[in-house]
Amino acid sequence: MSGQGEAWFDDAAGPLVRPYAVTGGRTRTDNFGLDLITLVVALPSVAEAAGMAPEYAKIVRLCQRPMSVAEVAARIDLPLPVVKVLLSDLIEQNYVIYRSAAPATDTPNKHVLQAVLDGIRKL
Amino acid sequence: MASGNSEHRRSLTATAVKLLIAGGFGVGKTTMVGSVSEVPPLRTEEVLTSASEGVDDLSGVERKTTTTVALDFGRITINPELILYLFGTPGQDRFWFMWDELAQGALGAVVLADTRRLESCFPAVDFFERRGLPFVVGVNCFDGAYRYGTEEVRAALDVDMSVPLLLCDARDKESTKQVLVTLIQHVMVNAELAASG
Repeated sequence: MSGQGEAWFDDAAGPLVRPYAVTGGRTRTDNFGLDLITLVVALPSVAEAAGMAPEYAKIVRLCQRPMSVAEVAARIDLPLPVVKVLLSDLIEQNYVIYRSAAPATDTPNKHVLQAVLDGIRKL
Repeated sequence: MASGNSEHRRSLTATAVKLLIAGGFGVGKTTMVGSVSEVPPLRTEEVLTSASEGVDDLSGVERKTTTTVALDFGRITINPELILYLFGTPGQDRFWFMWDELAQGALGAVVLADTRRLESCFPAVDFFERRGLPFVVGVNCFDGAYRYGTEEVRAALDVDMSVPLLLCDARDKESTKQVLVTLIQHVMVNAELAASG
């Protein structure tokens, strides 16, 4: 691992400047407890996204159907922390709604497990 | 269950659940994800935010320093209301900080084992045992690898008899389905025991 004073990124880390430029330099985590499988969906249509800043428009176009935060990050090819900031902005402006997964303390719902079991068998 | 501002014209009633595919570096986790995912495995990057500890074990693997953790995952739309995500866990010990986030809310896990280097899946077995997350062991039968019996592998891994252990081929859809079905059945048994206990 990197020692003291050594650069904390290397070429493999990809283009570091641009991702954080799109968040206006903000690297804080989001205010909504977004995690990997929090589902998000955009409220504006693709047409309505036209006037938005490019990175936001990209997310709105992508999220016309529900998908997870991880999926958004993978499909627009930005690191997760950046995507969480962008999604938080969109949520604050009521452009995106989200739904968190069941709390970790819950024992898995029997109906959910049965549906997953049936779904896997049908693949 | 938290939800957003659902009074808008588009609503969000679907929920997502996840399963983890764990195991050592290069054991076939992403292959397994890809064998059942409805989309080619997706990759996202989490950025290292804290100093990691421990020493890399990249023996036999390209030596590389990196500060982002790549997560490979797949998606299975169970029905319009339920989406299942399969996440491969990072195969290197220094990414433990990601395991907590991954395990948070997961239904269960598959520990994928390679009989040529069984020890590479010990950390995953330890992690799920400690965390109390139900898991099954899938012994990935690589071409040319000596086929051990399941009981030999169980003894070597020292996992409890209650943990299902089966041979599999991570490339094969039907084989992966069998592993996942076994896992969900195991999770259901555990949930029932918890409810009655």
